[in-house]
Amino acid sequence: MKFGVVRFPGSCDEIDALLACRRFGDAELLWHKERDLGGVDAVVVPGGFSYGDYLRAGAIARFSPLMEAVIDFARAGGPVLGICNGFQVLCEAGLLPGALLPNRSLRFVCRQVQVLVENPDTPFTRACEKGDLLSVPVKHTTGRYYAPGILEEQVVLRYAPGQNPNGAQDDIAGVCNIEGNVLGLMPHPEHAVNPLTGSSDGSRLFESVAVPEAPASAERAGVGVVPAA
Amino acid sequence: MRARVLIRPKKGILDPQGQAVEQALPALGFRGVRNVHVGRLIELDVDDPSEVPEMCERLLANPLIEDYEVVEA
Amino acid sequence: MSGSATARHRELGLTDAEYEGICDRLEREPNAVELAVFSLMWSEHCAYKHSRKLLRELPTEGPYLLMGPGENAGVVDVGDGLAVAFKVESHNHPSAVEPFQGAATGVGGILRDVFAVGARPIAVLDSLRFGELDSARSRYLFDWAVKGIGHYGNSVGVPTVGGELYFEAAYEQNCLVNAMCVGIARREQLIRSAAAGRGNLVVLLGARTGRDGIGGASVLASAELSEEDASKRPSVQIGDPFEESKLIECCLELLERGALAALQDLGAAGLSSSSSEMAAKGRVGIDLDVSRVPLREADMEPFEIMISESQERMLCVVEPGRLDELLEVCERWDVRATPIGSVTGTRRLRVFDGDEPVADMPVRALVDDSPLYDLEPEQPSEPLYPEPPLRLAADARAEETLLALLASPNVASKRFAFEQYDSIVGSRTARRPHQADAALLMLERDGGSGALAVSIDGNGRRAACDPYTGAAEAVLECASNLACVGAEPLGLTNCLNFGNPERPHIAWQLTRAVHGLRDACLALGVPVVGGNVSLYNEGGEGPIYPTPIVGMVGKLPDPAAAPRLGFAEEGHTLALVGPFAPALEGSELEKLRGRLARGLPRVDLQAHADALVRLRAAVREGRLATVHDISEGGLACALAECCIAGMLGARVSAAAAGEAELFGEGPGGVLIAGPPEAVDAVEGAEVIGTVGGDALEITGVLHVPVAELTRAYEGAIPGALAA
Repeated sequence: MKFGVVRFPGSCDEIDALLACRRFGDAELLWHKERDLGGVDAVVVPGGFSYGDYLRAGAIARFSPLMEAVIDFARAGGPVLGICNGFQVLCEAGLLPGALLPNRSLRFVCRQVQVLVENPDTPFTRACEKGDLLSVPVKHTTGRYYAPGILEEQVVLRYAPGQNPNGAQDDIAGVCNIEGNVLGLMPHPEHAVNPLTGSSDGSRLFESVAVPEAPASAERAGVGVVPAA
Repeated sequence: MRARVLIRPKKGILDPQGQAVEQALPALGFRGVRNVHVGRLIELDVDDPSEVPEMCERLLANPLIEDYEVVEA
Repeated sequence: MSGSATARHRELGLTDAEYEGICDRLEREPNAVELAVFSLMWSEHCAYKHSRKLLRELPTEGPYLLMGPGENAGVVDVGDGLAVAFKVESHNHPSAVEPFQGAATGVGGILRDVFAVGARPIAVLDSLRFGELDSARSRYLFDWAVKGIGHYGNSVGVPTVGGELYFEAAYEQNCLVNAMCVGIARREQLIRSAAAGRGNLVVLLGARTGRDGIGGASVLASAELSEEDASKRPSVQIGDPFEESKLIECCLELLERGALAALQDLGAAGLSSSSSEMAAKGRVGIDLDVSRVPLREADMEPFEIMISESQERMLCVVEPGRLDELLEVCERWDVRATPIGSVTGTRRLRVFDGDEPVADMPVRALVDDSPLYDLEPEQPSEPLYPEPPLRLAADARAEETLLALLASPNVASKRFAFEQYDSIVGSRTARRPHQADAALLMLERDGGSGALAVSIDGNGRRAACDPYTGAAEAVLECASNLACVGAEPLGLTNCLNFGNPERPHIAWQLTRAVHGLRDACLALGVPVVGGNVSLYNEGGEGPIYPTPIVGMVGKLPDPAAAPRLGFAEEGHTLALVGPFAPALEGSELEKLRGRLARGLPRVDLQAHADALVRLRAAVREGRLATVHDISEGGLACALAECCIAGMLGARVSAAAAGEAELFGEGPGGVLIAGPPEAVDAVEGAEVIGTVGGDALEITGVLHVPVAELTRAYEGAIPGALAA
């Protein structure tokens, strides 16, 4: 299993994503100027402030040569995970419906939240069951999701009741495209893979795609699984 | 020529920046202020002004959440 | 001396005697460019005229020291071939004028100091002081300073992992924004700033140069602020964290390749200070051509280019043979790189505009040979500060007193601030703000073992009561916060924030504080590795409290063994350890009662140093779940904080339940909790109760539900801002 983690100028969490992916398979960085995905099996578009969040978050990143390759990869069914700024980029690129607006509080918020798994049928949530609660951190200023007309089956993760940190419509924390192979979420699963730095619930998203046959289990401790060759 | 693009949040979308400004002005003694919205201004020198709307559609604005208006500077 | 030159030098903040000194060193009168450069290089902010002699008294030796004061940042050895660079710096005056950009560029500047020695920044901490939150101006400064720190730190991708916040009327006109940065490097990657190699090229990296901060350093930092603040706004520096993040990666790659002979950041006084400091340290000269500097504004004059404080720029020295490689790396990172000069043997800083010479100054005169002044300290016979307003009645019961203290902004939860900071990027943070007494950064990712512990501390009001003891206590507090997570201090950085040193009572405060700092460092065996001084923090209403701020970095072997702040389990035994001798002098309670003591109880530094070593060893055993240092608000507030963080109560039997015991302050007191056998095993532990229930109960004194404690503690600052 080989992950490709995109790196833009201004990306902040790309190495964190790389380290998280490496617990579950091979992973390498993909530089924004390249057009070649290097034969990866899944793409992660990480968090940060690509291009300084200039104009709008993700607005410039989505035109990079590498993103053109990612768009082709996604349209061909490849699994793509967009985290925070990555979610913003995927919405700007039209791979996911909706847009991310400034937090209702107009402030950056860094906080551990609980999210409910609503849709366990995506490549990234297969190791979960509907109703599972995952503890993951959020850290963003522009995370208020807005998508009039989005279908319920596209809602993959919701903030647990009372935990919506940004005023997102319908408490939506993460969504997928109609085909289900592209997932965008505001919380940071790559920062929830090590009990020493917080929870390890985020591991399930990486496990899901690294080991497609992994059985869903609500009792799973969330520790890394030996990746397939 | 110099083009000026005004970008504003689409009607109906919650605009907390606009609300924050609307609440702050009375605190400074200004009365009768309503319906405040906060957007962006982009100014650019262009050879072909007819291209500006397409620039807005493709990059400068996000049509899902923003309206744009092109004016001559 | 011509008439206009006389007026000009005074306008730029130079005294007549200083002007004469410049003429002596140049052996002629300075031209306009030279005068501008000298006015900045000889400003208090750059030259430390009033503090340099005193600072020489600080201990700078230590077993882990790799780079001491004098370099861009101090560096200590942390084992496994790794080195940690750290420093704290102030950005007080700019933040009072424009808090968002002032605080943001404060962060930017301290980041550059750290990667200038070759270390990757891995954490930021901030120490902030504002007037009371009843003041609209202080609410505004606080709100925007926090936004500015968050904006810069979050965008550049360095976590803000700790800090402190205080609100006192003494800071109403002069807020304090002190930013600390910690960075990590492989030892062989460390680089010094001394320019070297005659014929080497001097290259300017990063942002274009504009009129940011022109006259900023000397005009703002060497003078007391007055009504004219608004007119100083145009010269405020604007920061661009995106540019900085590219600059960091670019410089670190150049260093990894060994491509640079020297590196220096551009801070106060811009090109003037960085080039002259590099040349001074290397005992060489530098020729610069300002016409080669990429500009953001048209028609900038040579003096403007030399003193501009445009942000996100670095100066480096490279051998001519490696220039192409440097340009290629910079192009890849989209960082502007422009050769603007060369290293010479002249020991002079010569500035040209194309072929035309515009300035020629001996480097020594600019840097090492600046005027130094002796302080003339005199202990004040009258109180310097007004007493605080009465906020709590003398006959308030214990419960009301506890809730009032928890709701006092100096004690209350700082969540409003730290949730605006990304404290986790980098995947090193094992203890986030409010999870323990110090931040923990794991070193595994960098090829190291164990973790770093970092804290920043100080209490201006207690230093106002007694500058010597207040400063010593700041050092002890910081070391205690490190000991509470099991860390051994490796080095200390300090920022001395004071009023006008030309006034004898301020000179006395500064002298006493530096002595307190010195003696505490000697007792603990911790060297001062670097720091900063910010003077002239005074307005029409008087000086700030003397505010020595201390930042410390320590190391612990096993982050998994580190305790937390909150109570963990029903049934845990609760105990008090350490040489705690609480008193009401200088305490928050005294402040709420409208008083400010003169003098603090004497502190036995050696006894505290020994106690910290024992505490650290006990914590390293890994069997204590909760460890929390007692500070503002005393024992009762510390107990409440443990209840709130753990969402669990406690039953405490207080043998002596007087006010001083419950709410008094002073160094050395630490609360511990854990399984009974673990607590009993700690030497000197005095058992005071048990963890459990949903209330904090001190038998016969108070009984308050944890939910109510939490409301008071968490609601105070958001409530004050909503006003």
